[in-house]
Amino acid sequence: MKPQSVLIELQPKFERNAPAALANTQLRRNMGKATQTIRAKRAAVVDEMPDWEQLRTAGRQIKEHTLYHLDTYLLQLEAAVQRAGGHVHWAADAAAANAIVTGLVQAHGAREVIKVKSLTTDEIKLNAALAEAGISAIETDLAELIIQLAGEHSSHILVPAIHKNRAEIRELFMRTLGIAEISDEPTALAAAARSYLRAKFLSVPVAISGGNFAVAATGAICVVESEGNGRMCLTLPEVLISVVGIEKLVPTWQDLEVFLQLLPRSSTGERMNPYTSIWTGVTPGDGPQAFHLVLLDNGRTNVLADEIGRQTLHCIRCSACLNICPVYERTGGHAYGSVYPGPIGAILTPQLVGVEHARSLPYASSLCGACYDVCPVQINIPEVLIHMRGEVVRQHQDTGGLAAALEPEALAMQLLSQVFGSQATYEMAQRLAQLGQGPLVRDGTISWLPGLLGGWTAMRDLSAVPQQTFRQWWRERDA
Amino acid sequence: MQVALFITCFNDTLFPQVGMATVRLIERLGHTVQFRSAQTCCGQMHVNTGYQREAVPLVRRFVQIFHDAEVVVAPSASCIGLIRDYYGHIAALADDTALAREIAILQPRVLELTEFLTRMGVTDVGAYFPHRVTYHPTCHSLRVLRLGDAPLRLLHAVRGIEVVALPDAEQCCGFGGTFAVKNADTSMAMLGDKLRAVRDTRAEVVVAADTSCLMQIGGALQRQRAGVRTMHLAEVLAHTEDRQ
Repeated sequence: MKPQSVLIELQPKFERNAPAALANTQLRRNMGKATQTIRAKRAAVVDEMPDWEQLRTAGRQIKEHTLYHLDTYLLQLEAAVQRAGGHVHWAADAAAANAIVTGLVQAHGAREVIKVKSLTTDEIKLNAALAEAGISAIETDLAELIIQLAGEHSSHILVPAIHKNRAEIRELFMRTLGIAEISDEPTALAAAARSYLRAKFLSVPVAISGGNFAVAATGAICVVESEGNGRMCLTLPEVLISVVGIEKLVPTWQDLEVFLQLLPRSSTGERMNPYTSIWTGVTPGDGPQAFHLVLLDNGRTNVLADEIGRQTLHCIRCSACLNICPVYERTGGHAYGSVYPGPIGAILTPQLVGVEHARSLPYASSLCGACYDVCPVQINIPEVLIHMRGEVVRQHQDTGGLAAALEPEALAMQLLSQVFGSQATYEMAQRLAQLGQGPLVRDGTISWLPGLLGGWTAMRDLSAVPQQTFRQWWRERDA
Repeated sequence: MQVALFITCFNDTLFPQVGMATVRLIERLGHTVQFRSAQTCCGQMHVNTGYQREAVPLVRRFVQIFHDAEVVVAPSASCIGLIRDYYGHIAALADDTALAREIAILQPRVLELTEFLTRMGVTDVGAYFPHRVTYHPTCHSLRVLRLGDAPLRLLHAVRGIEVVALPDAEQCCGFGGTFAVKNADTSMAMLGDKLRAVRDTRAEVVVAADTSCLMQIGGALQRQRAGVRTMHLAEVLAHTEDRQ
């Protein structure tokens, strides 16, 4: 059973979702403005680092090393957390993780939990699982709260409500928080959210978080955030449950030094994020008195088994690849139909759920490579995209039977492979193109193409195939 | 130097003038050009679309044809990028260590045109081109081959030319091979912004090191009757006062 939970829609079809998003002018403007602003901020704070490339390399190497020895480091982490008074739970998939968390919340008799922004709990759809058990989960990250109040899905891994502007948020707050009148000034909107959340921080006994990093040697868990609402959740309740993917480990405390420089500059474009919370187990009389760490696989060991794909697990969820991506900037995150959108989502999602369940995502890229350049841990996203496209095709060919072999694209690719296989067939195809284009050419231009190729001529002309190929010219010149 | 031209199937069939210009330019600089007529396609479309098993014979074929060349030069950043970054993967997929070894030996001698000129230490190729041009750094020339400002330095050395900077130049034009067909709407949205940037320059000619991206940009400029044409870098560099 593959971890389908990562998907927001079954079998997302990016090419089918994109046109509606592209036609939404409000979305286009919101996304363009937000991504361009954050791109410029990132570029400025990265440029001031003389050792940025060395930091990126160090980040990649630490991740490579950790993943190579993941079995050892996971056991180290478990022992360290237990030594520090915490409990460790192992979850093979989303269902197991949700059952563990739900059981823990029920054991403490809580009907409400407060949550630190966490992609991992989005990935396993924890809020829905808790709701089924009669427990309401309250998101405390401002953007997550906006998404929750709107009943929507996140469209960005760091800024879940990036697709909304402040006028839309003002209307949402007035509608859902029972506020009579409020301005659309950011400070006013934040104040409204604060007064709603403060009461929750002071009364709800259980908090749930993810974790940006877990230090194997000491058992320390690290959460990086901007608002301080996460810090409230991590310190005020009696019980803290952290759901952490098994790829989030670093061997030692010192390794955090590298990532705490890479992450804020890459994600929010800040030199340092406002709140970095690090805790180790339980401290008597200070903070939560019960701590549970849930270590989640949910497809990650499958990713680890793939030699080219495994670099995807280096990801520290900074979102720099989303912000730089020309495709993501124009379509927004919802078109990807996954908890993980953008370039990283296009390679992570198919690996977590199996390529047959997300065939369109590796193709949601022009392979422009901007994502690789900004990735703080040097994930070669274009390389993995091309590898995943290969997996999509091979899986389809091997299991799709005759129907798959007869699809127009498959037929065309097979035919072209044959054509390019010898000089004679290649030159014959060139002559056929010169002759066969006749009905399509008007004044030396092709403005309409049939079927699959129609997308091209929707906006672009095509010059007619010249009557003399380069090789014909060369032969005449040589003669 | 004996230069084996890899024309690429795309230029051979659709843009022969780019090949002719490349030949004229390389010969003018005192080298000999040879054209090995058994060459067909490097396999880029197959590899990038996921038909990688189907690319194996094309990779073998390329290596077989060019293995003994002194240097192989192609007027296409994306084809050279594929040969450099992915031929090894294809050999691994075919589980062929002998092929992998041959690829590794050949790779350093396979160059994109700008790389070849830079390697030869040439900046002024003796060209004359009295037009207002803007240069679009294609994704493969910029982020795969890391050509940097080498193409612009070549352009600036052309006599009579007026080079104007392209706003947001490093943004992808939206071509992406089969992406332009599979995700035609997204491709068009990206292209729309590139066209606006091109037209803002008031340039007469858009120049790039990949004909495929130029086909994307040029195809739309032509549809718009924009009065802006596209030319491969080789075509501009091949222009002289006696031969235009």
